[in-house]
Amino acid sequence: MFDQLGKLGKYLGQAASLMVGLPDYDTYVEHMRTTHPDQTPMTYEEFFRERQDARYGGGSGKVGRCC
Amino acid sequence: MQRLAGHLGWFLVALVGAFALGTVALHRGETINALWIVAAAVSVYLIAYRYYSRFIATKVMQLDPRRATPAVRLNDGLDYVPTNKNVLFGHHFAAIAGAGPLVGPVLAAQLGYLPGMLWILAGAVFAGAVQDFMVLFISTRRDGRSLGDLIKSELGPIPGVIALFGTFMIMVIILAVLALIVVKALADSPWGTFTVGATIPIALFMGVYTRYIRPGRIGEISLIGFVLLMLAIVGGGQVAASPALSSLFTFTGKELTWILIGYGAIASVLPVWLLLAPRDYLSTFLKIGTILGLAIGIVIVMPELKMPSVTRFIDGSGPVWSGSVFPFLFITIACGAVSGFHALISSGTTPKLLENETHAPFIGYGGMLMESFVAIMALVAAACIEPGVYFAMNSPAALLGKTAESAALAVSQFGFVITPEMLTHTAQTLGEHTIISRAGGAPTLAVGMAEILSSVFGGNGMKAFWYHFAILFEALFILTAVDAGTRAGRFMLQDLLGVFVPGFKKTDSLPANLIATGLCVAAWGFFLYQGVVDPLGGINTLWPLFGISNQMLAAVALILATVVLFKLKRERYAWVTIVPTVWLLACTLYAGWLKVFADSPKVGFLAHAAKYQNAIVEGKVLAPAKSIEQMHQIVFNDRLDAGLAILFILVVLSVLGFGLRACLQAWRSAHPTAQETSPVVAEAGRA
Repeated sequence: MFDQLGKLGKYLGQAASLMVGLPDYDTYVEHMRTTHPDQTPMTYEEFFRERQDARYGGGSGKVGRCC
Repeated sequence: MQRLAGHLGWFLVALVGAFALGTVALHRGETINALWIVAAAVSVYLIAYRYYSRFIATKVMQLDPRRATPAVRLNDGLDYVPTNKNVLFGHHFAAIAGAGPLVGPVLAAQLGYLPGMLWILAGAVFAGAVQDFMVLFISTRRDGRSLGDLIKSELGPIPGVIALFGTFMIMVIILAVLALIVVKALADSPWGTFTVGATIPIALFMGVYTRYIRPGRIGEISLIGFVLLMLAIVGGGQVAASPALSSLFTFTGKELTWILIGYGAIASVLPVWLLLAPRDYLSTFLKIGTILGLAIGIVIVMPELKMPSVTRFIDGSGPVWSGSVFPFLFITIACGAVSGFHALISSGTTPKLLENETHAPFIGYGGMLMESFVAIMALVAAACIEPGVYFAMNSPAALLGKTAESAALAVSQFGFVITPEMLTHTAQTLGEHTIISRAGGAPTLAVGMAEILSSVFGGNGMKAFWYHFAILFEALFILTAVDAGTRAGRFMLQDLLGVFVPGFKKTDSLPANLIATGLCVAAWGFFLYQGVVDPLGGINTLWPLFGISNQMLAAVALILATVVLFKLKRERYAWVTIVPTVWLLACTLYAGWLKVFADSPKVGFLAHAAKYQNAIVEGKVLAPAKSIEQMHQIVFNDRLDAGLAILFILVVLSVLGFGLRACLQAWRSAHPTAQETSPVVAEAGRA
């Protein structure tokens, strides 16, 4: 029961950050560890900045939201 | 037998839906409870999701759970990440739901709630959700590429450029219309202006906080920001109550226009972390929270709808917008029924996050049904306020005059009895000087929401708070859209101009950047200004242009989907996209044609221009113009709007031509010619 509530909370948190363009940091670190063990993953702060620039930095036809 | 039992439950849902729909449709005279509409809508969505989306998924698209999605194949932990389907649903919904589904249904309520409701349901099920779902599917099978890219590769480079140009013009109109909504809501409203203005320093503070003080802590800063926002609403009430302060925050529409244009120009060149990103956090979370709150409120309060199911304006003589039900209802409610803009989202971030192809129906089709439900709630909110108040708020000043007396008289003559006292009293309860001629949807929706939310929380004394909360909520995400849209428009423009002057393509070049930003702001600023000074309220002119262009983009996306189905050699299922395409083409082309060439000056731009041109020849000055110069200005604006409508028609017709050609070629070919990325089987355990 508490396990499930914890899971729900985790998903809600993930959903909230993804809504504003921030994917899950732990997933990113896990991905770097398994696929690119030779590279150092970004710190959370670097990751946050990188994603912020990617979301709003633009590029043609990149529209993040509807009217 | 078991299969039959499985369908039995759905049969019951269908029965409930049919009964609720019948109740809504056949009810005459008495008021009706909003829950009937909610029940009818939810049943329709459930049935459509269970049967139609599954049919499209298995037969038309033939989704394959073993085929690796771009998120799996190209996983980089950043852009491409396999994401839990519920989490992704939240992301997708937050991206597609905006001001559009809230405004259109409010404007359409002049016909009564029934026509709007039927179109929202039918449009979402057969057109809007199909479009979102198809584009998501097409993009997912092509590495999550964008709509412009997809059109280029499936239809050819020329339609690709045409579509990019069309998208840019739509963007300009959308920004102008959204900004106009804010102007209409804040003009002569010190409370609203202070509250919305206060979001700028709040966002700046949040920006500095997430950049330097506690980097990346979105959750806690959003909470702090939310508390500050609520204080700003309360503070706005104090400002409005003090004569000295309130005059500082009282602006006319024209002044607000210049403020907004200046804001758009400055905000869109600031670093994103300073203003845009923190404002986006606030507006996104507030939007989701308010939508949930409204849904819960409607279920708890169960409001009675005071608007008749069908009003006398079904004949096309309505004061809010002019023109017959067909085609104009179908372009007035764009978002909520079908919105071309979603094609940009479904081919944007969402396909790059899709964990498995079989999640696509839930995200693509289900996401749009959810937005359609938001539109239904907006319709309910508009229909639960007094019809007299509704028409006093939404009819143009040219019909109502300036005082409560003249407005009450005019509205009572429409057949919706209301007294001047009721109008002033309503305004006072909401903490405003006047509510007359606040077209644009947002203020009306805010009144409806205040009605519902104050019954749950706070009672009559909190109405003014909830009204300004609703205004803030809409203004907040509209301003985010203005900022983000100006940036996106700038990049599109640089891309387009780059075709002719290569130097423009460099997005890091400061002069190119500033010129493109300036052009973009000037473009939407022009239409905004024109809308604000328009005696018919501006919404009358701009909203149809927005609706036409948005639905045309949807038609373009559905043409793309049809071409892809032909290229997959599945033309026997192509009716799934052809039927909504034909309907949208009929509505938009006919509406566009009428907006240009209709004989009535109320509908046709050229007829309106001719009326003023004739007056100029006779040396007469027609209201609202005060001089011959202004008369010339009106004639010029009309002709420009007509030109724009013709341009939209040409864009969509040319894409249609290229689409037909591509379909024909694919049909003649003996083999499938779709350019999907070759399938890779997902590794076991990862899909």
